[in-house]
Amino acid sequence: MIDWQIATVKAIKPETPEVKSFTLALPDWMKHRAGQHYDVRLTAEDGYQAQRSYSIASEPERAREIDLTIERLADGEVSTYFHDVLAVGDRVELRGPIGGYFVWEAALNAPLLLIAGGSGVVPLMSMLRHRRAARAINPTRLLFSSRTPDDAIYFDELEKLRAANDGLEIFYTFTRERPPEWKGYARRIDNAMLNEVAKPLGKSARVFICGPTALVENAANGLVQIGIKPNQIKTERFGPTGT
Amino acid sequence: MNESKMDLNRELMVDGNAVAGLLQEIFAIEMTATPTECANCGNAAEVGALQAYTQAPGAVLRCPACESVMIRIVQTPNHIYFDARGAVRLTLPREKK
Repeated sequence: MIDWQIATVKAIKPETPEVKSFTLALPDWMKHRAGQHYDVRLTAEDGYQAQRSYSIASEPERAREIDLTIERLADGEVSTYFHDVLAVGDRVELRGPIGGYFVWEAALNAPLLLIAGGSGVVPLMSMLRHRRAARAINPTRLLFSSRTPDDAIYFDELEKLRAANDGLEIFYTFTRERPPEWKGYARRIDNAMLNEVAKPLGKSARVFICGPTALVENAANGLVQIGIKPNQIKTERFGPTGT
Repeated sequence: MNESKMDLNRELMVDGNAVAGLLQEIFAIEMTATPTECANCGNAAEVGALQAYTQAPGAVLRCPACESVMIRIVQTPNHIYFDARGAVRLTLPREKK
């Protein structure tokens, strides 16, 4: 049984204008599996509680602490508290790790396709960090859709992971604003793009898709149309964009 | 499904994964990798793959194939109401001794 515990904020790192990573030290740390999440609970003085689930961004190999990467949503009860109020040394209540469905382990030595929209990249980043820490070399491709280059969370670290030359390839697509001289994708994920990115991995690829519900639906349906079996595709939808 | 054709309810849909914490509170074990079967169409899926609607007083889990309601969970201050009449079964792992 997983119980609620009180974590201490150890570090706060801005990732993009709307996204920060929070390093939390856990008194009852338990090794997680890449893709799992924690439930976070805030309690007001009058007893009112707000609860949200946040994906773990860090790799399981890191002991006693986790990173949660959280996007600030304008009307979000919990995300605004994290962004605007929480400081290093503060305490926060959470329980986890939770979930056994949307998880990947490096021991599963099959081609891996990761598709992310916006902050949907967070659980996939845990998988990529785990992959690196476990020195896996399975063919892996990340297709990452962001509105603008400034919104691409973890960009610098992703470029470093790519430079390790261990079988990881990364494809960005920018839907609103592209870098100057950009020759990559600059549109929403569509079947032509899925075909180009997925095909070289073959039909046995394991697929994880995380992002706004509309993006996840499109990507999952598109992959089935190009011949990937539905039971190889795992999805984590986080609802409409901007809520 | 075309993005422009998606209605609001569909956009609010998340995955069974979203209620993983609540299910673990009820069953005391991880439940999202649990196999289940739809009572309406017979589709087999893991709980984590069900369609979940959580922005309501309760949580509703639907079959990803036929969209029939499989599981409803409502929490009140003193009780949790768990209605799984739309699921033929949930197959729980037995702890090895």
